[in-house]
Amino acid sequence: MRSLLRAPQSLWVTLTVAALAGVMSLVSEPFASADNIFNISRNFAFIGLIALGQTAVIATGGIDLSVGSVMGLAGIVTGLVLGSGQPLIVAAAAGLGCALLCGLVNGSLVAYFRLSPFVVTLGMLSIARSLALVISNNRMIHDFGPDEDLLLALGGGRFLGVANPVWLLAVAALCAAVWFRYSRLARHVLAVGGNEDSTRLAGVPVARVKLTVYVLSSLLAGVSAILMIGWLGAVTNALGQGYELRVIASAVIGGANLMGGEGGAFGAVAGAALIELIRNSLLLLGVDPYWQGAFVGGSIVAAMLVERMRRAGR
Amino acid sequence: MLELRSVSMRFGAVEALQGVDLELAPGEVVGLMGDNGAGKSTLLKIVAGNFAPTSGELRWDGQPVELTPLSAREHGIEAVYQDLALCDNLSATANVFLGRELHRRLFGVLPVLDHAAMRKRSAELFDELGSDTRPDDLVRRMSGGQRQATALARARLSAPRLMLLDEPTAAISVRQIAEVLELIRRLRDQGVSVLLISHRMSDVFAVADRVVVLRRGRKVADKAVAGSSPEEVTALITGALEAA
Repeated sequence: MRSLLRAPQSLWVTLTVAALAGVMSLVSEPFASADNIFNISRNFAFIGLIALGQTAVIATGGIDLSVGSVMGLAGIVTGLVLGSGQPLIVAAAAGLGCALLCGLVNGSLVAYFRLSPFVVTLGMLSIARSLALVISNNRMIHDFGPDEDLLLALGGGRFLGVANPVWLLAVAALCAAVWFRYSRLARHVLAVGGNEDSTRLAGVPVARVKLTVYVLSSLLAGVSAILMIGWLGAVTNALGQGYELRVIASAVIGGANLMGGEGGAFGAVAGAALIELIRNSLLLLGVDPYWQGAFVGGSIVAAMLVERMRRAGR
Repeated sequence: MLELRSVSMRFGAVEALQGVDLELAPGEVVGLMGDNGAGKSTLLKIVAGNFAPTSGELRWDGQPVELTPLSAREHGIEAVYQDLALCDNLSATANVFLGRELHRRLFGVLPVLDHAAMRKRSAELFDELGSDTRPDDLVRRMSGGQRQATALARARLSAPRLMLLDEPTAAISVRQIAEVLELIRRLRDQGVSVLLISHRMSDVFAVADRVVVLRRGRKVADKAVAGSSPEEVTALITGALEAA
């Protein structure tokens, strides 16, 4: 039992995902249909991608509440630049540039001014959303100019029967897994989360490590936003609203420790998959969609309770 | 090797150290004793480069030096602090190499952590220290003695010439204290000098060659352990005996 408790949380979550999927395919006819599986996988890809960055932030002992708003801002900027007739590459660069700026502001304030990550990113949550409103003038943007087809194909298309965002998530998760295991930076990320003062004493540039994870987190939110507007075919300033909770829940359910020092790539993806699976199952079982918030919120609290029990057990 | 000449340290109105002279030879273990607030930690932090003395001079191999944490390390001075400064969530090896990770090149270009080389080297270090610490163990699951060994192994990684140990036997069990004292003897046998701060008289008398006593910022004794006694040192610490 003790060795079971010590198994990585990502394994537990993957088993839960498998079990839930098994039960659902028995009780619900449409669940196992190709269309539904395609939908689930695409939906969680957007979240999973951002959860990879969030995991790195949480592993340093920080948190990034601004990812949903950064998505909104990056999406609006990309949409507007596309609509003005620019090619996708320019528009994507503009959107990612905005995300990068948000990440730099978050990271600098946390790393160099030593402000609380919670407050800094809560501020950015409000600022980026407000900027998205200002820039878009609260209009929906659905004219994406000459590169519209390319954008729609990128975010909404599929390759070998799998949605493009899912492919990107798979590649990103693999890269992140290798990064967590083999990069010096990732080792330092975990060290900062474990004991910041000791890591500084050991000569690690702690501030630079922190800055980097906030920039990564924002950039991934930007990438996710661009894919998402390609899927939706339109963008409003409400893009990504409330996603911070789902992203943080994914990371935490996947084993990222909010106290810092723990977290991995596969856990973030498995966590995102579990949340999307729960959402999908509730819908298929005919539960009023208004309940979804309660289940997502409940699952993040439950994940922390399980983590606490695991800690007590080892 | 290390020489302090008339070192004083003032924090505002507080004189933490007043005109302290101290010399350390290669392979020598010096026990630094004194009551709380006597200036032991201040002295250690000056040698580690954390504080610059208000006045006085530090010499390293006969040359005057100004130490910063980085330059102290470059000179071969490593400090192990009382709280050990370990990351509980990482393995022994990860802690030993923290900030000094070894790399290999993947496909000749991509730098990746060389886990195998680091594990091997840390296993060697634990072996040298005669510790049963396993390279892959998480610090969180270690005994106090193993933690101490991990901190010492980290300090040993750069093959330092002087190790500063701040209360290495505080807060660990009697059996583990014996382990740590054995670690210190092994360091000395390998030619490393040790400046040992300890509250425990028995530790100092067990491993030190010399004992230095500080009282209220002044050095009141500096003598061979063989020529002193716990009773005398106690009297010096408390002030019952003025100087020796």
